[in-house]
Amino acid sequence: MDAIRTEALTKHYKVGFWRPRPYLALDRLTLQVSRGEVFGFLGPNGAGKTTTLKLLMQLIYPTSGRAEILGRPVGDLSVKRRIGYLPEHPFFYDYLTAVELLEYFASLFGYAAAERRARASRLLDEVGIGAERRLQLRKFSKGMLQRVGIAQALINDPEVVFLDEPMSGLDPIGRREIREMILRLRDQGTTVFFSSHVLSDAETLCSRVAIMAKGRLVTAGTLSEMLAFQVRGWELVVSGMSEAALAAAKARGDVLRATAVGPGRFALELPLTPPPERTLATLVTQGASLVSLTPIRDTLEDYFVKQVSGATGSRFLETA
Amino acid sequence: MKVVGLVAVNVFKESVRDKVLYSIIAFAIVLIASSLLIGNLTAGQDIKIIKDLGLASISMFGLLIAIFIGIGLVWKEVEKRSIYTLLPKPMRRHDFLLGKYCGLVLTLIINVSVMTAAFYLVLALMKQFEPANINAAAAAPATDPGMLKAVVLIVLELMLVTAIALFFSTFSSPFLSALLTAGLWVAGHFNADLRNFGAVVQSPVLAQLTRVAYYVLPNFAAFDVKSQVVHAQPVPASYVGLTFAYGLTYIVFVLFGASLIFSRRDFK
Repeated sequence: MDAIRTEALTKHYKVGFWRPRPYLALDRLTLQVSRGEVFGFLGPNGAGKTTTLKLLMQLIYPTSGRAEILGRPVGDLSVKRRIGYLPEHPFFYDYLTAVELLEYFASLFGYAAAERRARASRLLDEVGIGAERRLQLRKFSKGMLQRVGIAQALINDPEVVFLDEPMSGLDPIGRREIREMILRLRDQGTTVFFSSHVLSDAETLCSRVAIMAKGRLVTAGTLSEMLAFQVRGWELVVSGMSEAALAAAKARGDVLRATAVGPGRFALELPLTPPPERTLATLVTQGASLVSLTPIRDTLEDYFVKQVSGATGSRFLETA
Repeated sequence: MKVVGLVAVNVFKESVRDKVLYSIIAFAIVLIASSLLIGNLTAGQDIKIIKDLGLASISMFGLLIAIFIGIGLVWKEVEKRSIYTLLPKPMRRHDFLLGKYCGLVLTLIINVSVMTAAFYLVLALMKQFEPANINAAAAAPATDPGMLKAVVLIVLELMLVTAIALFFSTFSSPFLSALLTAGLWVAGHFNADLRNFGAVVQSPVLAQLTRVAYYVLPNFAAFDVKSQVVHAQPVPASYVGLTFAYGLTYIVFVLFGASLIFSRRDFK
């Protein structure tokens, strides 16, 4: 059973007052997320990430298509008991303290008073809210609210947790702490579905990612799948190579760039063609020895930019 | 139903922390200041005037709270996005809505109860300073328990106003909700005139329209027995019971409508 499954999930909004036109917020999203995965839902602003999360939380209803969490339709109470959700830029009842807020949310899950207190205290410790937990939330900074938001998303030890831009508003230490927390959740078997436009977070954390653009799924897969075939060159490190051999290789176009890393030792950037074996063979005949040969792959950022810039088409639908 | 209670308690907590109950202090000040002033200006009628003023103040303070908090109950949650964290918790949308309603009704009941207690206290004190012959000549004792019938119907009226404000707040802005709720309250107080208007117009279409409006609009005038209780005129228990049944039925319909709209709404 998948943790999350969507089938042709679509959402249109009416935009405009006098002549409302349907605007495509999400277009036939079909996605599966397995249990225990850390799944990165990536895309630039306005790609449809938050719309998808709101559909999964049933804060909005789909125009067509369906979505399931843990094998049950979204919005089902039994599902709600097993999930956690951090919205983008969360806002809470600012007249409550952090402890009161967490205890209130815990009470909605039916926990007894002692259990509520214990959970609130443990989670506030985990997200790094100290003595401030007794202050009303109106006195909290954006980063502290984000931490409280993450704590409330975990109040019920969810099997699937949805985090919309979880690193937003956090300082570098806070980001690292939340990254570590997500990895801890993964180790405990929790499925983490998080949206982000910070690609380094996805590269660090995710087993699989989906890239969205203009309301459409551009691609989905494991990072290694996405980046494996995106080798754009080779890095060859050789020793015992003469300056003359290097100049000749450059003149032939076999070497794009060379960096001296020691006496007679160079890191060479080779193009995709000719094959690196041929260049290496030539260099070996000229007295060089192989130290290492590594493919140069696109980073996720390179891949992301290529994919997203390729997404075209209007998001306004034609009306009859 | 447990979730409804939890949401209601949270609404009450918000009212307390946002100092809504300070209105009780304002009420007490108005009442005490008025009694001191009226005591000096009138002879023999001061207790009756305080009764009038006290019941009207309870109704007005309650009405202001019902409208101005009622219209923000849902709107504030959506506008500030606190609803995004709440609705994904194990609750149904109508539980949330009902909890919000019950929370404000709880606030109003506590508010009205404390104001009523203060009202009776002021009347008891005034009675102490009133000459015995004036007390004896009064149509009803100063602390007449019969006035509680008016208070009960004020609470019911406030419950209906709250339900209407909540209904409008599920789909419109606070300004429009306040306008519509206040408009219905005013129209509801002149409901009987609609029936009479229908009887005197020539056009059968207009007569039919006013007839429909009479039955559809809430009859707020029915909840107003303040004048009767102040003048010690009888208010039969059956009248209170029937009005209660009418009010509760209307509230159920309004909340059902609010729930239907709210359950289908997208929170963009």
